Amino acid sequence: MAGGKEIRDKIKSVESTRKITKAMEMVATSKMRKAQDRMRTARPYSRKIRNITGHLADANPEYSHPFMLNRQDPQRVGLVVITTDKGLCGAMNTNILRAVTHSMRDFDAAGIQSEVVAIGGRGLAFMNRIGARVVAQAVQLGDIPHLESMLGPIKVLLDAYLAGDTDAIYLCYTRFVNSMSQEAVIEQLVPLAPDKVRADRGTHSWDYLYEPDAQVVIDELLVRYVEALIYQAVAENIASEHSARRMAMKAASDNAGSVIDDLKLVYNKTRQAAITKELSEIVSGAAAV
Amino acid sequence: MASTDIIHVSVVSAEEEIFDGDAEFVALPGESGELGIYPMHTPLITRIRPGAVRIKLPGQAEEELVFVAGGILEVQPDEVTVLAETAIRGRDLDEASANEARRQAEEAMRNRETKVDYAKAQSELAIAIAQLQAISRRQKRH
Repeated sequence: MAGGKEIRDKIKSVESTRKITKAMEMVATSKMRKAQDRMRTARPYSRKIRNITGHLADANPEYSHPFMLNRQDPQRVGLVVITTDKGLCGAMNTNILRAVTHSMRDFDAAGIQSEVVAIGGRGLAFMNRIGARVVAQAVQLGDIPHLESMLGPIKVLLDAYLAGDTDAIYLCYTRFVNSMSQEAVIEQLVPLAPDKVRADRGTHSWDYLYEPDAQVVIDELLVRYVEALIYQAVAENIASEHSARRMAMKAASDNAGSVIDDLKLVYNKTRQAAITKELSEIVSGAAAV
Repeated sequence: MASTDIIHVSVVSAEEEIFDGDAEFVALPGESGELGIYPMHTPLITRIRPGAVRIKLPGQAEEELVFVAGGILEVQPDEVTVLAETAIRGRDLDEASANEARRQAEEAMRNRETKVDYAKAQSELAIAIAQLQAISRRQKRH
């Protein structure tokens, strides 16, 4: 029968693709849960720094750190663009890169130069292709991010900010809303927004003893805080990645299933048509006799 | 009310919680020497060097040892928090990794024009979006 074997081969091929997408969906689900745990364990550190910094800011109102001061008339901004290394995660990278490109165009129109720190291979490749100014990069971070591998690139940006070469830094990543939904966001990292340095509860009346002195302590704490905020964005991006990949692979499995159903229909119709044709040939042959 | 014989100790890094529990006494490698913290200690913030944090747990003869690669210590009358580094830091080390990052970036940009081609960005994103829409259109049909 014409095409019967071809159709059967095609069905087998789509079935084996579906096995792969189903397996990837399961792996992504398990990785997503672990990534969510990692997001959670990273929070106490930054929450603690925020509380200490909030108290310090209240107790030492005369000391203000460059990380907290807004700058008039910005000339240049830094964008930390966080994407994935691997693909097959649906629209996730496309969405954040679209938002970032949009922002870069807006900055350009306002006469503000933008520089990029790319974390993640997809974003790095894209930024290189379109000719953006990439001042530092960190790729192949894996499913378990380590702050250590990001410190060099982060310092490049923070040094530029403190030296006045960059006037603001934005964090561009994909927020993990829930296991079914991710959202591309662009948040201002420095200057730090007031709610980012406010303590949780009312501050206590006593003040700390600072060794060696308050300024050195505040400086170190704020650098650590900014590093922690970037780390958290990366950890959240990883959770979003696995959630997006899970949804994409589920959609792929479902699509494969519907392709298989269509193919089976065609196969059966073809088979039945062939049988009908044979039968009618026999019947008309018998009638002739 | 703060207890006079127990302090709550937590050692956290940017990546994870390393230790969380109650203690009778904590010893840490401070910048200018070993620091010993008993409950009701005066509030303090200071840096600590890489080394072992010794935690004396209540009702236990042996001390718990937690190794940290340096960090910042916060002491309140009833609570001690160590904001631990995840790796050994230092002015020269940090400067070296930043320089390495700059060098990598400079090399990558050497043979390249750094003026953003928004048209190219637009078309690439449009292709990606079209592919994704084709997938969801397939899903909607069934």
